[in-house]
Amino acid sequence: MPRWGMIIDLDKCTGCRACVVACKQENNIAPSTEDQADQGRLISWMNVLTVVEGDYPNTRVRFLPMLCQQCDKPPCVRVCPVGATYKSTQQGIVGQIYPRCIGCRYCASACPYQVKYFNWFAPRWPEELSPPRNPDVAIRPKGVIEKCTFCIQRLQRARDQAVIENRQVRSEGEYVPACVESCPAKAMYFGDLDDQSTEIAKLTRSARAYRVMEELGTEPNVIYLKEGEWIAG
Amino acid sequence: MQAEAREQDSLLFNSVLKTGPGYYALLFVLISTVLWGVYAYITQFQEGLGVTGLNRPVYWGFYITNFVFFVGISHAGTLISAILRLCQAEWRRPITRMAETITVMVLFFGAGNILLDLGRPDRVLYVFRYSHFTSPLMWDVISITTYLVTSTTYLYVAMIPDIALLRDRTGGLRRAFYSALALGWTGSERQHRTLQIAIAILAIVVIPIAVSVHTVVSWVFAMTIQPMWHSSIFGPYFVAGAIYSGIAALLLTMALLRKVYHLEDYLKEIHFDYLGELLLVMTLLWLYFTFAEYITTYYGHDPVEMRVFWEKITGRYAVFFWVMVFADFVLPFALLCNRKTRTIPGIVVASISVCIGMWLERFTIVVPTLVNPRLPWARGLYIPSWVEVSLFAAFLAGFILLYTIFVKLFPIVSIWEMREGREQGVAEAVDRIKSYLPEETPG
Repeated sequence: MPRWGMIIDLDKCTGCRACVVACKQENNIAPSTEDQADQGRLISWMNVLTVVEGDYPNTRVRFLPMLCQQCDKPPCVRVCPVGATYKSTQQGIVGQIYPRCIGCRYCASACPYQVKYFNWFAPRWPEELSPPRNPDVAIRPKGVIEKCTFCIQRLQRARDQAVIENRQVRSEGEYVPACVESCPAKAMYFGDLDDQSTEIAKLTRSARAYRVMEELGTEPNVIYLKEGEWIAG
Repeated sequence: MQAEAREQDSLLFNSVLKTGPGYYALLFVLISTVLWGVYAYITQFQEGLGVTGLNRPVYWGFYITNFVFFVGISHAGTLISAILRLCQAEWRRPITRMAETITVMVLFFGAGNILLDLGRPDRVLYVFRYSHFTSPLMWDVISITTYLVTSTTYLYVAMIPDIALLRDRTGGLRRAFYSALALGWTGSERQHRTLQIAIAILAIVVIPIAVSVHTVVSWVFAMTIQPMWHSSIFGPYFVAGAIYSGIAALLLTMALLRKVYHLEDYLKEIHFDYLGELLLVMTLLWLYFTFAEYITTYYGHDPVEMRVFWEKITGRYAVFFWVMVFADFVLPFALLCNRKTRTIPGIVVASISVCIGMWLERFTIVVPTLVNPRLPWARGLYIPSWVEVSLFAAFLAGFILLYTIFVKLFPIVSIWEMREGREQGVAEAVDRIKSYLPEETPG
């Protein structure tokens, strides 16, 4: 079985947030208003976190795209009373069952990465924006938790095609989440981490590879390549 | 003697059989508050949880705090009553019923707070349909349900003889109500024996259940890896705190009932003094646990935990923290350790203080951790909205409302147990004490 994973090269990330927009479009996420963002009610499965280091004029900005880390040992799954968030043994993705979620937000409180989002209100799209149009993604009602699913609908499509052609989904290139596809700097890689022939598997062996808060033992499938190749060189 | 006893105990029927205008006034206030809460909840139900002050990362606030607080208060009743019964503490007799009633009534509101907190209350029964027992919340569901059933049975069983007394004193609909509940109680020797066995079994069973309840409530927090939640001391810490706030709530209830229904002959200074001493012990236990919890965190000096630690000690939640220390330790300790102030008014002040302090303790456990998650972004601030405050008020009012209705339906002091104390307890106590001593040898 494939273990789908992502690699984000922080040397290449320009902080342009194309991934954020692509994710919202792909996954029918309603845009938040400024008020909602101020209140901490913004929903954005992909976030680019910005850290400013040093004092003017010697400052440096770092970016860290933050999405669900798709842990192999997810703290959120263990605490859900109804199994509405689950670890799929088939494809290594942490999934959400929206029609089952009771909205207790225990998973959100237990997630150390803060990547679970709650629908405080029913989603609303402003008139100027056309309503969500990706038919493969359910629109979440108010009162449930949602989060990044590695665009699981795309995996579904790739699998359907693979079944027709009587083969497995290819380890790299065939199934790609919207954020990875949209990245203009090509800072993101996606594929089967268990298939050693892929580029992504090679990158995991890089000296720069690390996982966020590895010490917690959550075993994320999102791997970062830390900045430094250009500086150190 | 017999006639005098009946005369004395008739006072205990008064709360049930006579109702004054003050009662209706109170009822009006309570029902209005509850209705206001209903309005607040309808607003939340229609709009979504966005009408609260909750956000990311402060996913839990007032509702969860109140859940822990109300469930804590419930530890007053059944647990104290069961322990006093098992210890054969004779002074328990006027207290047990009012204590057990607190447990049963307040549990509805404890569990109710979880319902308020759900984004999808319409799906609440999914916890039975899709139960995942890896979740501490499921442990709560099981434990609290068991506790509610056992406590209600315990309260009811010990009330059967009194219900029979009421059956014989009322007519019409009320008589039909009481005779259905009395289960054909005649007061025969055999019935009494069965009753005593049932009460003894329930009293033993209910103690581990009560301990489990606040333990698993604490584990909702302790089983996560969030800073200052992931603590092995939480189980006993929460149980001790629950008993602490429970005794305070019980003392308040006793003082109120004593005043309103003129129960001075039943609830004497000595009862307050004994329970006041117990409250004093719990004050010190609370200090011990709190100190142990915080000093361990400080010496561990994990930067992630220290952020939460300083938030409580000197940060934005310092006001809550230090008021908590004052209300949970300084004031009650000062009042209770001194014989001159361990009077009924002094104990009432201490009890109010403890209830406020324990609410603050729950609040400073739930919120500061969520405000300071591990990652240095997505920081939040939490200010409850009018909906949350209204529902807190409505739940308090609802609890008092249920209690006052209960007082109108059943005697709040166990009449048969008072009589039993007078008729058998005294002699038994003398015999028991004699049995502790070396046998008197003649000559």
